[in-house]
Amino acid sequence: MSKYLLLRHLEVPDLHNIKVYVKHGGFAGLKKAVTRLQPAQVIEEVKASGLRGRGGAGFPTGLKWSFLPNNLWPHYVVANADESEPGTFKDRELLERNPFQFLEGLAIASFAVKAHDAYVYLRGEFWQQAVFLDNCIVEMQKAGYLGDKLFGTPYSLRIHTHLGAGAYICGEETALLESIEGKIGQPRLRPPFPAVEGLYSKPTVINNVETLANLPFIIENGASKFCEYGTVKSPGVKIFSLSGRVNKPGNYELPLGATFRELIFGLGGGIPNGHKIKAIMQAGASSSIILADDKALDTPMDYESVAALGAQLGSASVIVIDDSVSLDWLINKTVHFFKHESCGKCTPCREGTYWMSHLTEKVLQKDRSAEDVQLLNTVARQMQNKCLCALGEFSIMAVMTAIERFPEDFTVTNGR
Amino acid sequence: MANDVTLTIDGTQLTVPAGTLIVDAAREIGIDIPVFCYHPKMEPVGMCRMCLVEVGRPVIDRTSGQPVVDDAGNPSLQFGPKLETACTTPVSQGMVVIGMSDKVKGARNDVLEFLLTSHPLDCPICDKGGECPLQNLTMGFGKGTSRFDFDDKKHNDKHVPLGDLIYLDRERCIQCGRCVRFQKDIADDPVIGFYQRGRNMEIITNSEPGFDSIFSGNTSDICPVGALTTADFRFGARPWELKSATSICNHCPVGCNLTYNTRREAKSGGKIVIKRAMPRQNEAVNEIWLCDKGRFGYHFTESAERLLTPLIRQDGELVPSSWEDAIDLAAWKLRPHGLNFVALANGRLSNEDLYTLKELSDNLHGNACLYSSMAGGDLAAQVGFTSPDGLSKIGKGTTILVAAADLHEEAPIWWLQVKNAVKRGAKLIVLNARATRLDKFAAAIIRYRYGREADSILSLIKGAENAGESGRMIAEADDLLVIYGSDGLGLSGSKQVSSACAELLVKSGKLGRPGTGLLAVWQHANDQGAWDIGFRPVEDMGKVIAAADGIYIAGADPAGDNPVYAAALKAARFIIVQEQFLTATAELADIVFPVQTIIERDGTYTNGMRRVQRFMPVLEKPSGPRPDYLVTAQVRQRVVHSNLESVSASQGFMIMAAHLKDYQGLTYAKLMETIPQHPIMGRSDLYYGGTAYDNRQGLGVQLSNAAARHEQLRLVEADTMENELPDLEHMEELLAVPVRVLYDSGTITKSSRLLEKRIHTPFICLHPKTAEQKEMASGDRVMIQVNKTDYLVTVKLDDSVPTLHVLVPNSLGIPMEKPILVKVHR
Amino acid sequence: MNQTAIKYAREIEALFAKYPEEHRQSAVMPLLHLVHQDNSFISKHAINDIAEIVGISTTEVASVVGFYTLYHDHPEGKYRFQICTDLSCALQGADEFLRALCAALEIDPGGTTKDGLITVEEVMCLAACDKGPLFQVQGKDGISYHERQTVESAMQTVQELREQEKHE
Ligand SMILES: Cc1cc2nc3c(=O)[nH]c(=O)nc-3n(C[C@H](O)[C@H](O)[C@H](O)COP(=O)(O)O)c2cc1C
Ligand code: SF4
Ligand code: FES
Repeated sequence: MSKYLLLRHLEVPDLHNIKVYVKHGGFAGLKKAVTRLQPAQVIEEVKASGLRGRGGAGFPTGLKWSFLPNNLWPHYVVANADESEPGTFKDRELLERNPFQFLEGLAIASFAVKAHDAYVYLRGEFWQQAVFLDNCIVEMQKAGYLGDKLFGTPYSLRIHTHLGAGAYICGEETALLESIEGKIGQPRLRPPFPAVEGLYSKPTVINNVETLANLPFIIENGASKFCEYGTVKSPGVKIFSLSGRVNKPGNYELPLGATFRELIFGLGGGIPNGHKIKAIMQAGASSSIILADDKALDTPMDYESVAALGAQLGSASVIVIDDSVSLDWLINKTVHFFKHESCGKCTPCREGTYWMSHLTEKVLQKDRSAEDVQLLNTVARQMQNKCLCALGEFSIMAVMTAIERFPEDFTVTNGR
Repeated sequence: MANDVTLTIDGTQLTVPAGTLIVDAAREIGIDIPVFCYHPKMEPVGMCRMCLVEVGRPVIDRTSGQPVVDDAGNPSLQFGPKLETACTTPVSQGMVVIGMSDKVKGARNDVLEFLLTSHPLDCPICDKGGECPLQNLTMGFGKGTSRFDFDDKKHNDKHVPLGDLIYLDRERCIQCGRCVRFQKDIADDPVIGFYQRGRNMEIITNSEPGFDSIFSGNTSDICPVGALTTADFRFGARPWELKSATSICNHCPVGCNLTYNTRREAKSGGKIVIKRAMPRQNEAVNEIWLCDKGRFGYHFTESAERLLTPLIRQDGELVPSSWEDAIDLAAWKLRPHGLNFVALANGRLSNEDLYTLKELSDNLHGNACLYSSMAGGDLAAQVGFTSPDGLSKIGKGTTILVAAADLHEEAPIWWLQVKNAVKRGAKLIVLNARATRLDKFAAAIIRYRYGREADSILSLIKGAENAGESGRMIAEADDLLVIYGSDGLGLSGSKQVSSACAELLVKSGKLGRPGTGLLAVWQHANDQGAWDIGFRPVEDMGKVIAAADGIYIAGADPAGDNPVYAAALKAARFIIVQEQFLTATAELADIVFPVQTIIERDGTYTNGMRRVQRFMPVLEKPSGPRPDYLVTAQVRQRVVHSNLESVSASQGFMIMAAHLKDYQGLTYAKLMETIPQHPIMGRSDLYYGGTAYDNRQGLGVQLSNAAARHEQLRLVEADTMENELPDLEHMEELLAVPVRVLYDSGTITKSSRLLEKRIHTPFICLHPKTAEQKEMASGDRVMIQVNKTDYLVTVKLDDSVPTLHVLVPNSLGIPMEKPILVKVHR
Repeated sequence: MNQTAIKYAREIEALFAKYPEEHRQSAVMPLLHLVHQDNSFISKHAINDIAEIVGISTTEVASVVGFYTLYHDHPEGKYRFQICTDLSCALQGADEFLRALCAALEIDPGGTTKDGLITVEEVMCLAACDKGPLFQVQGKDGISYHERQTVESAMQTVQELREQEKHE
């Protein structure tokens, strides 16, 4: 058994070459699904695997697929390769180094929901990845893994790429759909959910690149094999994007439930320049900031345990903060990001992120007052639970938790 | 009813149809949940977040499917962790909505504070001040102070012309998107949009000309702040200084309900002037919309060229006269027995005017002619469309046939409603020789050759050989609405088209249902009234005019429209004209009576749907001009020695109503009745749906007809269905067909300051191939020769125009009442 | 004359094949990318052309151009150096890198070099957080990443582009 489920290119050189991929068992999962299983069986298998969405929300993948109504056609599958959360860079590595596993997963998902067209939505900056992926798609077509009558069955599938153009919000699934439709990327009202009215108002499945990359393994080896990894409630492996003040930043594949300590101090090689770890942002800029004490470091990284820390696993992009960083600086960065990326559709997010950005600038100043800090916190709370989509709600997480958990970074002292 | 849902809002239980949104349900019991982005005429988007409420739903036991009850026997409720947007959440059985709690009030406070962080504090100079939901809600819920540092406020451009009609104040915009959604979803003119994102998001237009839509004015009504203002009204007055007067738009047969806002002004010499036209809600007519022609085209009333005194011809010259002398002279001239008398009127006149003129004509055994080249007005009394809701509720189950009409240009609000009916599920068949803007929404498009209109309509009859898919859509519908116009037709063609439409309706077997019937797209506001009263168009107007001993012309300007008529008029023996202006026809008259505009008097119109509606005086009467009906009545009194000189419009109306079957029992009081309308717009409180006026002045009365009363129909079949068009004999000739455009150069549009730029310069439309043959290109200035006279026109290309044809718009100075042969040359 | 339609006839055909026929609006973004790549910005003319090609209003296309940060509707440098100064990169010295590179190019962030070749912009996270400081270059070859940069390596890229420009 290989050491990796997803980052297999680390072991197999040139895995992005279709011949190498096939030689190492590539497309066996797809072939099995299309030739030996019914779509409903594929859904059941994925349900049984307990695979949860790796895009951030952690929604059970098989369950999501089962919501598609069978009286509205066509169905679409969309792969979310928008990857724009600060600190997240795992999908990119998969696209560049293990593209066929992702594409195979996408094909399996399409077969499962009887879709004949699938789209890969890449953030606009992934220009070269898109060119590369287009080539991979052509190669798959040539090799008979895409196109008409796959493996001699009646099933046909085409995969298309679609480039965004610089908008974090297009990672949000309904904004993403708007973007494919050629509109500005503002989220839609839900319900109706994409499973019922998605792309071109048709039933649509949207999954993250990493989520899809898990599928060949699950279908080929069965759900129970997959469940041998990870925890009972969070089975499988996860790619953790590690960045910030750490010696060896990069993507690391670990079973869900590995601890922060293993990741940061084991694989990541610890904190540089003799500094101490201070805080962890485990879901990119959208994180509730975790105070990096021993308890936190020994917490297993799975959906449930991280929640118990008053945070969320999200996209598992772990940004390490050391003791040389002050959190007032840090939240100024995150708020600036969200202000820049707010789509402007709903009032609290559009106005709130703008207001907060003025306040975080003030809080950064030497002569900040306690009122400035307090107002910042109030404005954040004032936004809470009122936004149309999660971007607005994400934007306040770091602010509120930083002020709450790191009060010393926000005190007012003379000539601090 | 099975489809009703019972819920509780702030302690009050109510029952509403399933699918109703919480906001709308609340308004039914007088509870205002504040909104900005939500508009009852548009799909909800839930973006402003102002309407947040607490929503509880009964807990349902999973196994039994029954609601769980607590110890006291009350259903247990589950409230979500978050507030919900009332504008996007439909009601459900047993739902409990709390819109008054501290939590909800706090949320409204919060959202308002967010909005105000970006809003300027220029209410004192804002046009919306006084009718602004943001202002009112701030007074109602706002904190009174802001914690936002004033210096951090983002400053944006304030006077951005989006076109010549609408100005944008970017600072005031609250990004609710109502205007953008109106333009896209309702007007189908997505010519304004958002630019950039987040707090930088602003409204832009990229069209040429800017904000290129005939519905643009509506955005200023529905904008919940003073971001969009009209070039007409901006900085013109404060809403609370304005008086309101009830009127009906007289630009087209839709008959949109209006409210004119007026004010006495020093700068107008202390006179009362109109400051703006606003829609008045009438769901059966215009709902809450107006087209820009109706909204901005009232400036003709201010014209300095109005006729003020009667004129009589002396020694070849028109000279001022007293009313007495002019009336006596007219009566004296009309006295001889056996006079060949012609009354010529158009649908700009009110029912009262027309009825009086018809009476005079009857007394003189004259010929009451309608100045129009469209037929079929008599059919409305038999098989007209009589739905009490007009077009506003049509949807699934109805098939609409639009034949030989370009609704977007001819009756914009009907265009909008037909297209929205399609959105609600109606099926549309568009039948025309060329492409029009309705094609996009049609389930079937039928193209015919000019001249084959009627054939093409008849082929839709069930069982007909080529009925096809369209025939099926007609056969399978519950209701069939047939709308016909005069696109490319003259009077004889129009006769065939209207008869064919009536025949289609009869054969459909659906008549008798209010939603099934015929609707004619007349040129004028009251053409239908004129038909009801007994005016009829004539085939050869020139001959009729020339043969007349005495001709009495009201509202029409034949001499101005067509040199042939001018020549004919010169042959007529005696001409009496009732006019507002010294038109070409008036210049040829022996007596000219100055009359009031509809804005100075009262009266009624019967719209194309046969809804009789009342308009009232808006401005003070100018001294001099009298209402048409009064002038005619005074002449008539002297001619026939009737003892009643009709003195008021209401009396005139009563006399008419007594004599016309379908109008029997109608009085002004009846026309002024109202019933509650849905959706509730609520101008007076929170301007929920914008600044469209509540209708307290009357919804008018929809006339019934023979089919509705299930009476025996008396229809005459059209003699032949082939409209004989002149043959193209000479290589250099083209077949010209008349069409109508909205922004024509009729007197009314011409004198509107604002619409001036939108009026078309005379143009013709050719197929690119025809143009190529003639070595002409788009934009070329060429000559079109009609009846030996050359007219300078601009060439436009349109590949849906048949080759060897040329489309000639009416009322742009080229006489064209029916298809004729013309030459187009350099 | 719709120049854009003529120039990209082949690409347009391929794009239309990608999306359902009644949803040609989907081709808006790829078309904007094509135009941007060739001209380093999107002119009003091109916006009108694209509107006509996909059958939507020019305002709707302008709206799309305005929303997405990789589209620019006025000319600036031929190449845009887009430096990520977002959180992870900032923790690796991206802010200092930006300042130093701008100093070397004698411009302010957001500015364009005197020769009109290079505009330096600050951008949000580029999904390369383990390889900062970094920037991407948006230009006529599309977009390419330049990771683990120093001012020297960045200036070398500038130099290469300047050389290349000379030869064209
Ligand atoms: C503001 C915002 C940004 C998001 N960005 C991404 C993203 O870049 N990539 C991604 O896969 N999911 C992203 N998501 C989550 C998606 O909306 C969606 O949940 C996900 O693509 C579903 O796929 P999964 O179930 O496989 O995780 C984002 C969500 C929000 C609210
Ligand atoms: S201009 Fe008015 S209607 Fe349009 S988004 Fe702004 S506030 Fe809303
Ligand atoms: S969100 Fe409900 S009215 Fe705007």
